[in-house]
Amino acid sequence: MKEIVVISGKGGTGKTSVMGSFSYLGKSDLVIADCDVDAADLHMLLGPDYQRSEDYYSGELAILDQDKCINCGACLSVCQFDGIQSENGTFRIEAMNCEGCGYCQRVCPTNAIQMETQKVGEWYTSSSKVGSTMVHAKLGVGAENSGRLVAQVKNEARRHAKKEGKEIILIDGSPGIGCAVNSALSGADYVVFVTEPSVSGIHDLKRVTELVKGFSIRSGCIINKCDLNSQMLDELITFMADAGIEHIASIPYDETFTAAMLEGKTLVEYDKGPASQVLIKSWEKIKQFAETEGCLK
Amino acid sequence: MKIAIASGKGGTGKTTLATSLSSHLSETQDVVLVDLDVEEPNSRLFIRGDQTHSQSICKQVPEWTGDCSLCGQCQEICNFNAVIKVGTQIMLFPELCHSCRACSELCPESALPLKPRKIGMLNQIQAGNLIFVESRLEIGEQQAVPLISQTKDYIDNHFDESYIIIYDSPPGTSCPVIEASKDADFVILVTEPTPFGLYDLKLAVEVMRKMKKDFGVVVNRDGLGNNDVLDYCDMETIPVLARISNDRRIAELYAAGELIFSTIPEFKEQLLLLERSLELSTVVDPV
Ligand code: SF4
Ligand code: SF4
Repeated sequence: MKEIVVISGKGGTGKTSVMGSFSYLGKSDLVIADCDVDAADLHMLLGPDYQRSEDYYSGELAILDQDKCINCGACLSVCQFDGIQSENGTFRIEAMNCEGCGYCQRVCPTNAIQMETQKVGEWYTSSSKVGSTMVHAKLGVGAENSGRLVAQVKNEARRHAKKEGKEIILIDGSPGIGCAVNSALSGADYVVFVTEPSVSGIHDLKRVTELVKGFSIRSGCIINKCDLNSQMLDELITFMADAGIEHIASIPYDETFTAAMLEGKTLVEYDKGPASQVLIKSWEKIKQFAETEGCLK
Repeated sequence: MKIAIASGKGGTGKTTLATSLSSHLSETQDVVLVDLDVEEPNSRLFIRGDQTHSQSICKQVPEWTGDCSLCGQCQEICNFNAVIKVGTQIMLFPELCHSCRACSELCPESALPLKPRKIGMLNQIQAGNLIFVESRLEIGEQQAVPLISQTKDYIDNHFDESYIIIYDSPPGTSCPVIEASKDADFVILVTEPTPFGLYDLKLAVEVMRKMKKDFGVVVNRDGLGNNDVLDYCDMETIPVLARISNDRRIAELYAAGELIFSTIPEFKEQLLLLERSLELSTVVDPV
């Protein structure tokens, strides 16, 4: 089984559109995992049927029982996060600030504080419109620990791949370099970067490449909007060569990506234009890698 | 006045707007632009100036002295699995630690003293009259929130109310965004008029309402997709503060790391409109 992760470092490079097209091309030979749980958009292109949904609990929140509180202020003195606020001598929990560490609960002499587990999202197992199993999630607003949710989504996808005998898990990763991306990368066999030739695109690719290096995963790159700036394009290609990132393909700026999105379609099903052709070839390349590069688990 | 510029989805033009707005305002007022997108700090690429200050940012994490009764209370205390007792060892996972101090202060043998651990760098840059502060998360560190919160502390300690402070927030709707915008007086949500843009905008609006924030929307790449974002804002009575048209020249200037308002008059017009609606402009502009 091979895990291919699509990430971008910077947002807005067309990662989800590329990911959607690959999912479409892979038909039911794949298991799809949308691990960009913070801004999960892939479902808008792949029409999952939400067969099964499960609650996701993570983190705790302090709850203060006013009847038991003797206003001693012990909680206030230990909390590092301004989670306890005092107003005219009485205390209350500021839910937005509480980190859920539970220190206040431990020092409260009257047991007035209880820690409650929070439901912060849901995750789903679906069948996508091309018949593949798709595992995806919705993280509630302001939720913490998206890394753990990513791990959960991935594990579920692995379970399905095994059960269904699928060779490839295609994973949509989130932007950034924090816990969510770390979770998405762990255990991956190949990383596909989707970037653009802009100062930000290059800057973010460099940062995320360093992270990927730490995981020792092979990688390739699709340059979207490649005609945006020729100088930046040269810089990007030089960087990729130095960093050992394969240049999978380049796609010129193309508004049909948006036109397809407006119809809830992936680009390759929307039309057979130049960008679609590039994506079809790219997918063949990536698949070849997945099939030939040995070490099938 | 503190203004946070945020967006549910990444790549909607948040940084373009933050750098343009702050540079333009700094021509007439004292402005501090703060890049709180610490995982991928990009604003600096658009700011030309001299670095005037740089410092490491640390968080306090426990370190085991190696000498204790191995009671295992620390493991039981830590809600984040950052302390584990394995055999005759106490193992620490500093990337998971939230620096709550509980294990350290409740350890009966004071065997877990707190030590600083570097999680990022803060840099300050003077670009003309604009002061720019950014923080960059160390690669491999998993938590952006402590770095964001300490960067805000730095700002509060160095700049008083006479400054206009603009935060370039991280994308998304999870904890880093909340941390970045929770003490802002106003939040600008930047979005695109596409289905992805709308979906992520709705999530961001949910966050803002939950936080009881004053906020408005800037539509970027206006004309690209459809009218659903505008209709949604209209229905929800969310003010649309400006509409930046879908202009290839903007994308090209952005790609090269250039500020846009000086070259593209239509963009500047929208910027002035935004400043007026935020009551930030000092002069009544004839545009
Ligand atoms: S659980 Fe921790 S963060 Fe929350 S209020 Fe108590 S001490 Fe503060
Ligand atoms: S300081 Fe708090 S979060 Fe950090 S290891 Fe100790 S108990 Fe865990």
